[in-house]
Amino acid sequence: MDSLLRGEELCLAQLFLQSGSAYDCISELGELGLVEFRDLNPSVNAFQRKHVNEIKNCEEMERILGYLLREIKKADISLPERDVNPVAPLPKHVMAIMEQLQRLEVELGEVTRNKEKLQKNLLELREYTHMLRITHSFVQRTSEVSVSGQKVAGFFTSTAKIEAFERMLWRVCKGYTILSYAEVDEYLEDPETVGFSRITVLDFYHCHLYPYPTNNDERNDVVEGLKTRIQDLHTVLHRTEDYLRQVLMKASESVYTWVIQVKKIKAIYYILNLCSLDVTNKCLIAEVWCPVNDIANLRRRKSGATVPSFVNRIPTSDTPPSLIRTNKFTSGFQGIVDAYGVGNYREVNPAPFTIITFPFLFAVMFGDLGHGLIMALFAFWMVLYENNRKLKNTRNEIWNTFFEGRYIILMMGLFSIYTGLIYNDCFSKSLNIFGSGWSVKAMFTAEMWNGNRFLTLDPNVTGVFKGPYPLGIDPIWNLATNRLTFLNSYKMKMSVIIGIIHMSFGVILSTYNHLHFRKKHNLYLVFLPELLFLLCLFGYLVFMIFYKWLVFSAKDSREAPSILIHFINMFLMQGDGVPPLYPGQTGLQIFLVVIAVLSVPVLLLGKPIYLNWLHNGSQRLGMYRVRVLKWVTSKCVHRCGKTTPNICSPTFDFADEFLHQAIHTIEYCLGCVSNTASYLRLWALSLAHAQLSDVLWAMVMRVGLRMDTRLGVLFLVPVFSLFAVLTVSILLVMEGLSAFLHALRLHWVEFQNKFYSGTGVKFSPFSFSLLPSSFEHDGLL
Amino acid sequence: MPSLLFCGPKMAACGIVISLWGVIMLAMLGIFFTSKSAVLIEDVPFTEDDIRNDKNPPQNVYALYNQVGINCFIAAAIYVAVGAVSLCQVRLNKRQEYMVT
Repeated sequence: MDSLLRGEELCLAQLFLQSGSAYDCISELGELGLVEFRDLNPSVNAFQRKHVNEIKNCEEMERILGYLLREIKKADISLPERDVNPVAPLPKHVMAIMEQLQRLEVELGEVTRNKEKLQKNLLELREYTHMLRITHSFVQRTSEVSVSGQKVAGFFTSTAKIEAFERMLWRVCKGYTILSYAEVDEYLEDPETVGFSRITVLDFYHCHLYPYPTNNDERNDVVEGLKTRIQDLHTVLHRTEDYLRQVLMKASESVYTWVIQVKKIKAIYYILNLCSLDVTNKCLIAEVWCPVNDIANLRRRKSGATVPSFVNRIPTSDTPPSLIRTNKFTSGFQGIVDAYGVGNYREVNPAPFTIITFPFLFAVMFGDLGHGLIMALFAFWMVLYENNRKLKNTRNEIWNTFFEGRYIILMMGLFSIYTGLIYNDCFSKSLNIFGSGWSVKAMFTAEMWNGNRFLTLDPNVTGVFKGPYPLGIDPIWNLATNRLTFLNSYKMKMSVIIGIIHMSFGVILSTYNHLHFRKKHNLYLVFLPELLFLLCLFGYLVFMIFYKWLVFSAKDSREAPSILIHFINMFLMQGDGVPPLYPGQTGLQIFLVVIAVLSVPVLLLGKPIYLNWLHNGSQRLGMYRVRVLKWVTSKCVHRCGKTTPNICSPTFDFADEFLHQAIHTIEYCLGCVSNTASYLRLWALSLAHAQLSDVLWAMVMRVGLRMDTRLGVLFLVPVFSLFAVLTVSILLVMEGLSAFLHALRLHWVEFQNKFYSGTGVKFSPFSFSLLPSSFEHDGLL
Repeated sequence: MPSLLFCGPKMAACGIVISLWGVIMLAMLGIFFTSKSAVLIEDVPFTEDDIRNDKNPPQNVYALYNQVGINCFIAAAIYVAVGAVSLCQVRLNKRQEYMVT
């Protein structure tokens, strides 16, 4: 089962569905999520397809459902949280659902309109009451002056427009107006906030006009009448609101089911549109991409129905999409590989190797025990609570990104704990677990310190260096002033070694592709020169690094050679200036350089010339060529599994192939040098992380610890929380993201361009669970 | 009696996490200081005077180590109290959420 290494084998199958049972078959296929449908009517646009009316119905239903959901949300009714998964209803039930939804919409619309009308009425009555109450006080004041024959009008308007209104009215009535106004304390809720303009002055200022009763008795009658009417309206309004709420609550119980059902119906009709009718018009033909392992499953399902349908596998020369089955652990790593590019059909998948190399390269750059522990604990908490619905279904994009990658973060944290132990770095302090291998006392007893300002520990003095630390870097280096000099040399060499190993691994993986696609000539003409070039030059550099580490010790540290000078001399073919590392060094180096230089033209010209000879060779070698060609093509298996006696690639363009190979050669050779240097970012980032961590401790924590006054202990408490917050935000989040990005870049560029093309298409099966819902996108569900 | 709740659920959760981390890390720092670890020499507030004019070396520096260690333990104890308060806040928040829904 090499699904994760290479991807599943897919085949093209034809489904013959009886017209009557086509709907049910596709509904069942949607529940299973096995196959991907191909469009058999690509030239037909959306409006000319067969089931366009049904899809229009579905969209109408979705519109009504959207309206319902918005009303439910406005009324603050919570939807019941249920994990329902109803099956798609039969076509005859679709009309029933449609009618129900339309009825609900009409009812809701009516009730809402009534409610608004009632509220408007209530507002007018209330205004009238206020107006009567206020103008009562005006009329009291002017009761001495006769007001016969004058119309007194009362009106409400907004306070901002009072002055403009007064001026306008004075002009219109030619000065015969008395305008008094008072503020109304009560806030009146106006159901209509949008006004529409009419011609009269009063309406232009959004005033309501009320008739004013002429004497006191009439005024009191009007006030009493108004009071009862307002009370009645209140009751009616309450009842209406209750009824509306009831209707919405009843709808909310089944709205979720309807949403899913409508989504499934629409999907099924969309798929039915992709199929084509056969000549007898009684059968529906569908072409699907199906994994070979699932064909038997598909057949079993189809033949189990009451009216059997046929499944027929057909040969094709099209490239199928790529399917790689993942579980919850591998899906994260497959995701970051797919972000670069989905692999070609049955190409080697870098994901299974990425599961280990990605967290490892991250950890090399992150390398701190304490930080790794916190990261691992955070990821562990996410993994433990991964089935918690609240964590799974939040809408926060950033949180979702972290949650999806919880296994990646867990691996990164665990590997960082390991590299933290190796670098011996825990919140920038070293842990002395096994006892340091250096002894200061021996240096003192040897009495070599007189006049030495730096108190250097010289390993050549007996007793000072007792042996290497069992695991990782000796803790005494944390106290040394030349700590960075030592660590830089170590980390740079380590980065180059890790880089060369990673890249060689990538080149070796390309053999899997060459062998699988039956292109054996690639093995000799592409893979071998590539590997020789890489190993003869940079593999030799790695060998020299190990040689220097093993052969030279503290005793001959003054005569230890510089690897870089030897490497440069290798290319310049000069060996006289410096003493050789080992006997025969110059001869070996010349040999290696010659092999590397010779492999470049082989890489450049080998494949185009060979392919040219294979397809267009001269007549003399005709028989031999034809035999080789036959042998090659008989083994040539197309990606879909078809073996044909015809030539695999009927057209062969030498210029095209040569250009392609030239670009590949230049890219590879220059890339070898630049990619090796690129791996030095492993050193750079780990240095940056260690220094940031050190600075944070020195500037924050040390201030709190060095307090020796009585109150110093209370100062330590906020200092520690500041240290914690800064550690999480700067060292974990910022440095973590940075190391993640650089490790990802190393994988995508330096590792994958040695063997991965990533220009494939992803297999997207027809599955109801994978279909997005537009309501979730709007935040309504 | 006014409500004892003064921070939201997220703040209370942060409080618990930082107190837990503080208790563990300060306790371990306290242990390392009292066992006179050499790596932590820079964090001990000794002066030139302590080193040179010491009657009984290295007892002065050792006394300072012990003092810083005890400081760390006291801070760890304060964080236990902070953690307890945060835990109460988390419980009150949960109860309030339960009562509202």
